[in-house]
Amino acid sequence: MTPIGANTVLVVAAALFVLGLAAALTRKNIIFILIAVEVMLNASGLAFVAAGAKWHQPDGQVMFLFILAMAAAEISVGLALVLQIYHQHKTLDVEDLKELSD
Amino acid sequence: MILAVMIGVLLIGGVLCWLSAQWSAAAPKWIALVASLLGLGLSVYCWVHFSGPELRGPWFIDFRASWIPSFGIGFHLAMDGLSLVLLLLTFFLGVLAVLCSWKEIRERTGFFFFCLLWTLAGISGVFVAMDLFLFYFFWEVMLVPMYFLIALWGDTRRRYAAYKFFIFTQAGGLLMLLSILALYFIHGQRTGSYTFDYFSLLNTAVDPSASKWIVAGFLIAFAIKLPVVPLHNWLPDAHSEAPTAGSLILAGLLLKTGAYGIIRIVLPLFPGDSAAIAHWAIPLGVAGIVYGALLAFAQTDLKRLIAYTSVSHMGFVLLGIFSFREIAMQGTVMQILTHGIGTGALFVMAGMLKERLHTRDLGLMGGLWTALPSMGGVFMLFTMASLGLPMLGNFIAEFLILLGTFLVSPVLTVLASGGLVLSALYSLRMMQKVFLGPVRGGTAVQDLSGREWLLLATLSVSIVALGLFPQPVINLVRPVVRLLVSN
Amino acid sequence: MLGYIPALPFLGFLVLSLGGRVLPRSAAAVIGVGTVVVAALLTMVVGIRWLQVPPVPGEYNLLLWNWFTTGDLSVAFRLRVDALTLVFVFIITFVGALIHIYSTAYMKHDRDHARFFACMNLFVGAMLLLVMADNLVLLYLGWEGVGLCSYLLIGFWYEMPANCSAANKAFLVTRIGDTAMLIGLFLLYRQLGTFDIQTILQRSPHQFLRGANDITLIAFLLLAGGMGKSAQIPLQTWLPDAMAGPSPVSALIHAATMVTAGVYLIARMHVLFLLSPQAMAATALIGGITLFVAGCSAMVQTDIKRVLAYSTISQIGYMFLALGLGAWGAAIFHFFTHAFFKALLFLAAGAVIESLHHEQDIFRMGGLRRRLPLVFYTFLAGAAALAALPFVSAGFYSKDPILWYAYSARGGSVFLYLLSLAGAGLTAFYSTRLVVVVFGGEQRTPVTEKPGKVMTIALVILAVLAVTAGFIEWPRGLFSRFLEGVLPAPVLKDGLPSEGLFQLIAVAVTLLGIYSGYVLYRRRQEVLLRWRQSARIRAVRLFFLNGWGFDALYRTLFVRPFLFISGINKPDWLDWLNKGVVRASLTLSSLLSVSQNGSLRWYIAGVLIGVLFIITLQFFL
Repeated sequence: MTPIGANTVLVVAAALFVLGLAAALTRKNIIFILIAVEVMLNASGLAFVAAGAKWHQPDGQVMFLFILAMAAAEISVGLALVLQIYHQHKTLDVEDLKELSD
Repeated sequence: MILAVMIGVLLIGGVLCWLSAQWSAAAPKWIALVASLLGLGLSVYCWVHFSGPELRGPWFIDFRASWIPSFGIGFHLAMDGLSLVLLLLTFFLGVLAVLCSWKEIRERTGFFFFCLLWTLAGISGVFVAMDLFLFYFFWEVMLVPMYFLIALWGDTRRRYAAYKFFIFTQAGGLLMLLSILALYFIHGQRTGSYTFDYFSLLNTAVDPSASKWIVAGFLIAFAIKLPVVPLHNWLPDAHSEAPTAGSLILAGLLLKTGAYGIIRIVLPLFPGDSAAIAHWAIPLGVAGIVYGALLAFAQTDLKRLIAYTSVSHMGFVLLGIFSFREIAMQGTVMQILTHGIGTGALFVMAGMLKERLHTRDLGLMGGLWTALPSMGGVFMLFTMASLGLPMLGNFIAEFLILLGTFLVSPVLTVLASGGLVLSALYSLRMMQKVFLGPVRGGTAVQDLSGREWLLLATLSVSIVALGLFPQPVINLVRPVVRLLVSN
Repeated sequence: MLGYIPALPFLGFLVLSLGGRVLPRSAAAVIGVGTVVVAALLTMVVGIRWLQVPPVPGEYNLLLWNWFTTGDLSVAFRLRVDALTLVFVFIITFVGALIHIYSTAYMKHDRDHARFFACMNLFVGAMLLLVMADNLVLLYLGWEGVGLCSYLLIGFWYEMPANCSAANKAFLVTRIGDTAMLIGLFLLYRQLGTFDIQTILQRSPHQFLRGANDITLIAFLLLAGGMGKSAQIPLQTWLPDAMAGPSPVSALIHAATMVTAGVYLIARMHVLFLLSPQAMAATALIGGITLFVAGCSAMVQTDIKRVLAYSTISQIGYMFLALGLGAWGAAIFHFFTHAFFKALLFLAAGAVIESLHHEQDIFRMGGLRRRLPLVFYTFLAGAAALAALPFVSAGFYSKDPILWYAYSARGGSVFLYLLSLAGAGLTAFYSTRLVVVVFGGEQRTPVTEKPGKVMTIALVILAVLAVTAGFIEWPRGLFSRFLEGVLPAPVLKDGLPSEGLFQLIAVAVTLLGIYSGYVLYRRRQEVLLRWRQSARIRAVRLFFLNGWGFDALYRTLFVRPFLFISGINKPDWLDWLNKGVVRASLTLSSLLSVSQNGSLRWYIAGVLIGVLFIITLQFFL
C-alpha cells in the first residue's frame, strides 16, 4: 500500500486539534473540557510522530511518550480537582464556577 | 565618621526599639529617647567645634567610603553650615517628637519608635548625603516609615492621608530618580567616568535642551515636598491625620528637605536654568503665601488650619531661594529653622488639645485659657511667631526674605507683604477660636504636665533666642550662602 | 543706666508671666508697679543730669548687642536718647507709673491680676524700645510689640466675644498700617542702604530731590503706618471699639502713649517729610479732617469712654495737623499736655464707672458732683484742659498755637484754620456736655463704692499737671527750646496779621462752645427734646454716632468679600485635580476588570485569540 505522507498526518493532527479546541470552547461540562484537552494533547503528539517520521528521527516518538506521561499525570490531578469541585459546588457546569472573578 | 555615627545611632536605635518591645512596654520609649539625645549631643558637639573662627572653606566635614564602585556609587557624606543647622534642627525636633509620643502611643510602641527613628535617620541622611544615589536612597528611607506612622497611628482618615502622601512623594521621587540617572549617563558620556558623586557632577556641561528636563524632574520632586502651591494637596491631609510626632516631623523636617534639595542640588548644579526658573518661581511663591493664608482662615479643623499655615510660610522660602540675594538666602535659612520650631510647637499643642478634648473641631473649642492658662500663654507666643512678631525668630526670617526680594522684584514683594496681614487674620482667628471667647468644651481638662512643660519651654526659649540672637546661625551659614549667591 | 529703663519692665513681664499665678496678689502688684516706678525715677535722674550738663552731641547712646548682620546689612539693638526721646520716655514712665499705681486699686478684685500687670509691663517696655530705638528695625520691633500688648489688653476679659472682636479689629487695622510702613522701610533701604535713623536723616537731603516721587512714596507709607497706630482716618475704626478694655488700659495705651507712636514716628523722620511737600499737605489734611469728624462723633456718644475715645482721635488729629504744617514742637507739646489730661479723664471715668457699678451710659449718671467731689474736681480739670480753657489749663497753651499755625504756617490755609477752629468749638462743647451730664443734675444711679485713696492720689497728681503743665511753654518757651536741637521751628508765611487776634478768636470760640454746652444740657434741655423729635436730626445724629459710617463701609468693602472668597475655597478646589486622577484610574480599573469574569471559556478563547494575533503578526513583520 502507498505510504501515507507526513503532510497528510499533519493535516489529520491539525484537524484533531481544531476539533479538540472547538470542544473545549463549546462544552459546558468540565469533564468534557478535560477530554477535549486530552484530544488536543494527543493531536499534538500525532503531529510530533509525523514530524519524526518525516525526518527519520526517533525524537518524535520520544516526545509522544513524554506527552503521554504528562497527559496522564495532568488528567489524574485534573480529575481529582473535578471531584473536589463536585463535592463543594454540586455542579460540573463551568458557567456556574465563576468565583475567581473581580 | 561622626556623620555616619549620627545616622547609625538612629538606625540601630530603631531596630533595638522594635526588638525590645517584646520584653518591656516602656523600653522602646527610653531607647528612642537615648538614641535621639545621643544624636543631638553629637550635633551640638559639631556646632560647638565648628562655630569658631572662619575655616578654609564652607565644608566642615567630608567623609568618603566606597560602596558600589562598579556603578560609581560611593558612601559620601559631607557637612557644611547649612547641613549643620538642619541636622541640629532634626535631632532637636527628634527628641521632642519622642517626648511628645510618650503617653500618646499605646499599641505597637516598638514599631512606632522604629518608624520614627528610621524616618529621622532618613532625613538626616538626606541632609548630609553627597552622592546622588545615596541621596535618593535616604529620600526613600525617609518616606516609607512616615507612611506607616500615618497609616497605623493616625486619625480617622489616616488611610486616605497616608496613601495620598505616599503616592505624591513617591511620584516626585521617581521623577527625581530619572533625572539623577539622566545626569549620571550624560556625565559618563562626556567625561568617560560614570559616577553619582555630587562634587564630580557639579561641573557637568549639559546642553540646555536636556538640562531643562533634568531640572524639571528634580524640581517637581522638591516642589511636591516644599510644597509649592499646585502640588500641595497632600499636606493638609497628611498633617492633620498624622499622630502628633508625625505632624511634628512632617512640618518641622520633611518640608525642609524640599527646600534643602533645591538649595543643594538645583541651584549649584544648574545655575543657568535656575535663573530662568526664578521668573515664575517667585510669583508661585507669592501665590503660595496668599493661597495658603486664605485657606488657613477658612478651616474648621485645628490641625488642617496649622497645615495650611505651613503652605503659606513655605511660600516665603520659595521666594527667598529664587531671589539670589545673600540677605534673602539668609532669611530662607532662618525661615526654615524658625518655621520648623514654630509650626512644630503648634502641632504639638494641637496634639495635646486633641488628647484632652478628643476633637480637632474648632467649633467645639472655646475659652480654654481659663482651664489651660500655661498652654494658652505658650499658644499665644507661637501664634505671634506665626504672624511674624518681632522679638521672635520668624520676624527676622520674613523680614530678611522680603527685604532681599524687594531688591529684585518690588511689586511681588508688596503682594507677599499682604501675606503678613493675612497671617495676622488666620493666627488671631486660631487663637480666638481655641483659647478665647466664651468657655465651651471641656472645663475639666488638665493644664500642662511636667513633660509637656519641658517640651514647650525648650521650643519657646529657642524661638525667642532665635528672634533676639540670630547672629550665630547667620554666621554659620554665611560661607555656604555666599558661595550659592555668587553663582 | 540708660539700659535699665526699658529692661526693668521687660523683667517684670517675664517674672509675672511665668510666676504670676503662684505669687500672692500684693507681690504681683508690687513687681508690676515697682518696675515702672523705678523706671520713672531713673528717667528723672537721667533728665536732671541732662538739664544740668547737656551732652555735647545732643544724645545719649548705648549699644546693647548686635542683632543681626548679613551682607551689607547691619542692625543692632542700640538705644539713643535725645531731647525728643526724653520727652516721650518721661511721659511713658511717669504717666505709666501713675496709671500702674491706679490699677492696683482698679484691678484688685480681678481674677487675672498678674496677667494684667505682665501685659502692662510688656507694653511699657515695648513702647520705651520704640522711642529709644536707634534704627528703624528696632523701632518696628517696639511698634509691633505695642500692637501685641494692645491686643492682649483690649481682649483682657476674653470671655466676652465682643472684647475679642475689638482686640482682633485693633490688631488687624494697625497691621495694615504696619505693613505699609514696612514697605516704606524697604524702599528706604533700597535707596540709602541703611536703617540707622540718624544716617537716614543726614543723607536724605542729598539723596532725594525735594518733591520727587520716591521720597513722597516713602513718606506716604510711613504716614500710613502712623495713621494706623494713631487711629487717624481712614484707619481710625479700631479705637472706639478698643474701649472694651479696662480703663487703665484705655488711659495708658489708647490715650497717652501707643496712639501717639505715629506722632513720634513722623516727628522723628521729619527730614523725610520736609522733603515731600505732598506728604506734609496730606498729613495736615488728614489731621484736619480727622479732628473734625471725630469731634462730631464725640458730641453724640452716650458711652463715657467712647466720648473720650473719639476725643482722643480728634486731639491726635490736632497733632497730625501740626506735624503736617511743620510745627513739630507744637505737636509734641500738645502730645505732652494731652497725655496728662486724657489719662486723667480716662482714669476719672474709670473711677466713675467703678463707683456706679459698671454703668457706662452718661445719661444714666448724674448728680455725682456732691457724691464724688474729688473725682468731680479732677475730671473738671481734665475737661477744662481738653476744652482748652484760657490761661488755667494746659490744653490752652498747647492747642491754641496749633490753631495759629493752621493759618500762619507755610502749609496753612483758611480751610485748615476754620476746620481746626470748628474742632476747638466742638471739643469745648462736648467736654462741657460730658461734665454737665455726668456730674450735674439729678442722680440716676446710686453710688455703690467710693474710689479709694490710691486711685485718688493718681487723679490728683494728674489734675495738677493738667492745669500747670502748660506753664513751661508760656511765657518762656522752655519746652520748644528743649527740643530745638532735634526739631526745626515752623516756617511761617509772610505778611501775617498779629497772633493776638487769632488767640482772641480761639478763646471766643472755646467760650462759645462751653457756654452752648452748658446751656443746652443744663438749662434748656427741652431744646434737646425738640431736636430728638426731628427725623433729620436723628439721622444726622445716628450718622455721627456710628463714626460717619466707616465701619459699615469697611464691612461691605473688605470684610464680607474676604469671608466669601476664603469660604468658597474651603475644600480646596485644586484638590479636584488629584481626585480626578484617582477617579479616572478607578474607572479604568473597573472597565478593564470586566474581562476578569471568572468564566473559563472566556479565558480559553482569550488565549486562542492572542495566539492567532501573534501568528498573524509573524506574517506581517
